[in-house]
Amino acid sequence: MSTSLASLTIRQLQNDLKAGHISPVDIVSDVITSIENKDSEVGAYLSINTEDAIEQAQNADISKPLGGIPISIKDLINVEGQPCSCGSKFLKDSYISTYDATVIKKLKEAGAIPLGRVNMDEFAMGSSTENSGIQITKNPWDLKRIPGGSSGGSAASVANDTAIASLGSDTGGSIRQPASFCGTVGLKPSYGRVSRYGLVAFASSLDQIGPVTKTSEDAAIILNTIAGNDPLDSTSLDSEVPDYLQSLNGDIKGLKIGMPKEYFTEGINPEVLSCIHGGIKTLTELGAEIIDISLPHTEYAVSTYYIIATAEASANLARFDAVRYGNRTSDPTNIIEHYRKSRAQGFGEEVKRRIILGTYVLSSGYNDAYYVKAQKVRTMIRNDFKNAFENVDAIVSPTAPTPAFKIGEMSNDPLQMYLADIFTIAANLAGICGISTPCGVIEEDTGNKLPVGLQILGPALQETTILKISDAFEKATDWHKQRPSN
Amino acid sequence: MQDKSIDVNYVADLARLELTPDECERFSEQLNKVIDFVKQLEKLETDSIEPMAHASPVFDIMRDDVNRPGFGSENALLNAPMANKNQFKVTRVVES
Repeated sequence: MSTSLASLTIRQLQNDLKAGHISPVDIVSDVITSIENKDSEVGAYLSINTEDAIEQAQNADISKPLGGIPISIKDLINVEGQPCSCGSKFLKDSYISTYDATVIKKLKEAGAIPLGRVNMDEFAMGSSTENSGIQITKNPWDLKRIPGGSSGGSAASVANDTAIASLGSDTGGSIRQPASFCGTVGLKPSYGRVSRYGLVAFASSLDQIGPVTKTSEDAAIILNTIAGNDPLDSTSLDSEVPDYLQSLNGDIKGLKIGMPKEYFTEGINPEVLSCIHGGIKTLTELGAEIIDISLPHTEYAVSTYYIIATAEASANLARFDAVRYGNRTSDPTNIIEHYRKSRAQGFGEEVKRRIILGTYVLSSGYNDAYYVKAQKVRTMIRNDFKNAFENVDAIVSPTAPTPAFKIGEMSNDPLQMYLADIFTIAANLAGICGISTPCGVIEEDTGNKLPVGLQILGPALQETTILKISDAFEKATDWHKQRPSN
Repeated sequence: MQDKSIDVNYVADLARLELTPDECERFSEQLNKVIDFVKQLEKLETDSIEPMAHASPVFDIMRDDVNRPGFGSENALLNAPMANKNQFKVTRVVES
């Protein structure tokens, strides 16, 4: 049996397309076949626009940067004519996007084909995709385990070779952590690097869209297309977009990479730690200089994040009032009951919990004690990174303290689940960029393997640096080529 | 220091969320644990620190004051739970 084109990278497909060996229709057909054959047990996809995607493939222009390349899309990024349910019952079966998000417009202009909507924690709130109001997504490496979250469908689709690449969003680690758990690459761009127009907002000062891919090279290809200023998102930065591919020369000699002592403490799974140390050794062999650094306010990041993110979420989710869209409760007697019941019926537990926490920290009498306090600590966390980046070019750490956990293992203990984000959320608070790339696997007692991700953080707008490091790492190792055995 | 345990019923009312008694009890227990945890921030001296609302703040982003294409009522109503006469149909707001 010949290899499915769905298992290849963007770069490999581009080479084959240009050589005339394959057509965009071949690629899209292979991805759809792969979804039909392999997605039922993983459950990454919520819907697939088969006919429309094939039609786009027939008309694809392969001279464009992403010509004929299908990309799966996290279910909170608007694609005109497709559902956008944000993994929520509130929008399920009742919402069809009436416009393209800016990232989708850019992807389409570059010739890419948005193919399918992939699952997520409801409104991106969660770290396991168990909070989806629609379905459970399983980790392709071990179907008893979660794929991570909130972009669990993105990472699972890429890892399962049911997608070439995917777009996710990262508010506190939602691209990097599932990438780590599924053995893929996940890039969170710096705040403001990519337009958020058309991304359904969770926490507006933290959210960023980014790619989940099989290689850092592919991540650079997608970032080249989606990065840049957008008049429709006033927080998008008006700074030049470099050619991210050009920096990928494999040469990281002399680069200074910091190892923050606060990220290498007790509580990290020992096997994860050993994979990370192996990864750091490889970076040293490639000529990078590893330097001990300190990010002294790391222990406060989770608290700061869960105050700021929920506060912003409680305001953002006020728009879900079942007046203009969303599933409305039947026969409410007055407008207050209409709001209360529609929202109660549409939102899942975690979303309700976070709206309540966010409303509480913003409420009269508590605003200063929680919200303003957290904003001040956020400044301290940002300053930690600012100081660190005076001495190093990048920072390396585990992406998550554990490999993928079992379905149901943490779902009754929200605080434990929040603490699992400890290594990823500071980057969002500080607005810097980060990438997770596979750096090892752990073997379970059952013989199953679980991937581990190495996180590389860089200063704001220095995506070139972290992509260069992760790409050099991938050129020297085979971890990113490993695939689940099922 | 004032009592900071959370009155979930009261806050849910502010957020226009109807909770079952069971949810209320469960969220109280879970969120009080979260609040106890985030109180660790009190340990930090922050009097001289500026609060930060945005990682990379940008200011005074203006656009030309000219017409540009909008949504149009047909598009805006596509996902309406109830619509009538080219308008959203809303639950009664004014008391009869």
